[in-house]
Amino acid sequence: MLRTEEMLLNVGPQHPSTHGVFRLVIKIDGEIIKKATPVIGYLHRGTEKLAENLQYTQIIPYTDRLDYLAAMTNNYVLCHAVETMMGLEIPDRAEYLRVIVMELGRVASHLVWWGTYLLDIGATSPFLYAFREREMIVNLLTELSGARLTFNYMRVGGVKWDAPEGWIAKVAEFIPYMREQLAGYHELVTGNEIFVNRVKGVGIYTREEALQYSLSGANLRCTGVKWDLRKNEPYSIYDRFTFDVPTRDEGDAFSRYHCRMEEIEESLKILEQAVEQFPEGPVLAKVPKIIKVPKGEAFVRIESPRGEIGCYIASEGKKEPYRLKFRRPSFYNLQILPKLLEGENMANLITILGAIDIVLGEVDG
Amino acid sequence: MIKDLLHSAPSLLNFGVYFGLAVLLLLAVLGFVTYGILSERKIMGFMQLRIGPNQIGGKWGLLQTVADVLKLLIKEDTIPKKADRPLYILAPVIAFAPAFMVLATLPFTDAFQFADIGVGLLYYVAISGISTIGIVTAGWASNNKYSLIGGMRAAAQMISYEIPLVMSLVGIVLLTGSLNLNDIVAAQEKVWFIFLQPIAFIVFMIASVAELNRIPFDLPEAESELVAGYHVEYSGFRWAFFMLSEYVYMFAMATLTTVLFLGGWNSIPFLDFIPGAIWFGLKFSAVFYILVWIRVTFPRIRADQLMEFGWKVLLPVALANIFLTAIIKEIVSLF
Repeated sequence: MLRTEEMLLNVGPQHPSTHGVFRLVIKIDGEIIKKATPVIGYLHRGTEKLAENLQYTQIIPYTDRLDYLAAMTNNYVLCHAVETMMGLEIPDRAEYLRVIVMELGRVASHLVWWGTYLLDIGATSPFLYAFREREMIVNLLTELSGARLTFNYMRVGGVKWDAPEGWIAKVAEFIPYMREQLAGYHELVTGNEIFVNRVKGVGIYTREEALQYSLSGANLRCTGVKWDLRKNEPYSIYDRFTFDVPTRDEGDAFSRYHCRMEEIEESLKILEQAVEQFPEGPVLAKVPKIIKVPKGEAFVRIESPRGEIGCYIASEGKKEPYRLKFRRPSFYNLQILPKLLEGENMANLITILGAIDIVLGEVDG
Repeated sequence: MIKDLLHSAPSLLNFGVYFGLAVLLLLAVLGFVTYGILSERKIMGFMQLRIGPNQIGGKWGLLQTVADVLKLLIKEDTIPKKADRPLYILAPVIAFAPAFMVLATLPFTDAFQFADIGVGLLYYVAISGISTIGIVTAGWASNNKYSLIGGMRAAAQMISYEIPLVMSLVGIVLLTGSLNLNDIVAAQEKVWFIFLQPIAFIVFMIASVAELNRIPFDLPEAESELVAGYHVEYSGFRWAFFMLSEYVYMFAMATLTTVLFLGGWNSIPFLDFIPGAIWFGLKFSAVFYILVWIRVTFPRIRADQLMEFGWKVLLPVALANIFLTAIIKEIVSLF
């Protein structure tokens, strides 16, 4: 008797396109996915539990390892939470440095996404072009913090080191260069027929679904929701800059692509203004050697390249937090994956997963 | 010379000469594969802001591929426990043998061709189709889900692109009135077929890239989706055989493109003092460069779009081209 059989396929945890140790158990009929079950936890390091035994400054290096592609934002969210609870006043220069490094991090993170996304789709060159530009950012940040990825740069009350001489000028130089390269990216990829065919109309969800699944970042903005915490709930000094929040209405992978590419441009705008306004002054507020957070709890959220990253601290007034929790955007964004994959083609699996832009360090915590 | 040999009485000397020439071709092909891979890597490096191989064999990495092959030779040859053992062993051979068989009819210069058979073009197309069976067999015999999907994709893709490939060549056959590759080259003495058959050329180029399983049509091995596709379980020299056949096909396809569309060893006007072999080499290199260029530039097409493109776009265009060629040929012959 002739019959067809559904096949159970393990994608990952060792697979070139899962961007880390992410496992996806899919049931396929031919090349059509019937059911997808994500399995996570291979990179779980228990950051939140570890933090309960660490002093606040000691937690900062752990946050570097959550979203290792945009570690500065993670540094900031923790410092921001502690500062909010302590009611600290941050020196201007420190805030500007923070914004500059966070926006540089956003550009670098989106570049990695752009490169690897195209690598997933099969184009090898864009990856190397993106990494050329990213390398410049990484070098800039290395000059500042001494590390390439895990910066450990921010401190409660400011930043660890002031910018070395000439650093700001280097950032200013980078901005027009990056704009020029972006135009090249669009020329090479954005109009490419094959690429557009691969991503257009793939992985569509509606605005309501995006909100129900608690998506954030470009994953939310691609459905037309103009929601960016830098704009809607300005933290740090983001209210001093003029920039736009790029949105799209289609809700497919291509619209997410556009949102991210335009976000790079907006970040460059912010950088341009920040470099121009860069003030003199101290880079660290007066904080006690051992930081004790007053009793109580607080939740802050900021806009990371991947979405809303939040930090909840419950303190008993000790050196260590009683409970620390991160709202990790990759984890929340990943939730919609099984729904999106149902009934899709095998090849679209990569396109859809890539467009969500996850970092496994963040998913697993 | 080779033709005379074929028609001469069988003798040990003739056999020796023939054998020597065959070894020469084999060396040329293997040399191409060795340095073709190296130059591909170098060109890719140049286009991707990298240097490419630069350690083994001087600063140009001249021995890199040799070292790679040696490494593959001494690697462990693993056969999965639940694989279909005989088929698993047979598959690389099936994929690999036709790649060399097609070389027999390809004319490199007017003197250097092994078998000048009347239906050379047909022979090429027919024999190269066998390799698909090898790939499907490999996909099946590995007993791996990824390779099974890869093998299935290969079968679908290569069959659907073989048809536009052949159809695009019918225009040339109409113009030449022969399936013999030598006659086709001779017919291009004045004008190359790329100018007379531009549509056919484009269809042929696209279909040939698909036949070669290269980006943007590398779905059978789509590494970001299927890890390595049909050869995911293969290691060591069995794996090398798949790669080797892929590059020998690239050699054959670039040769065929040169012969069919770029006038083979014919020179461009006023430069006919340069020997045909050099002309052939230049044209061949240009085709090869374009193949690498395509690989560096494009993303991968999706399986269903690939089929759609093959059947709904390439095939009708190729058929229209035959129709057009026939009409124009009739009109021209009226005057």
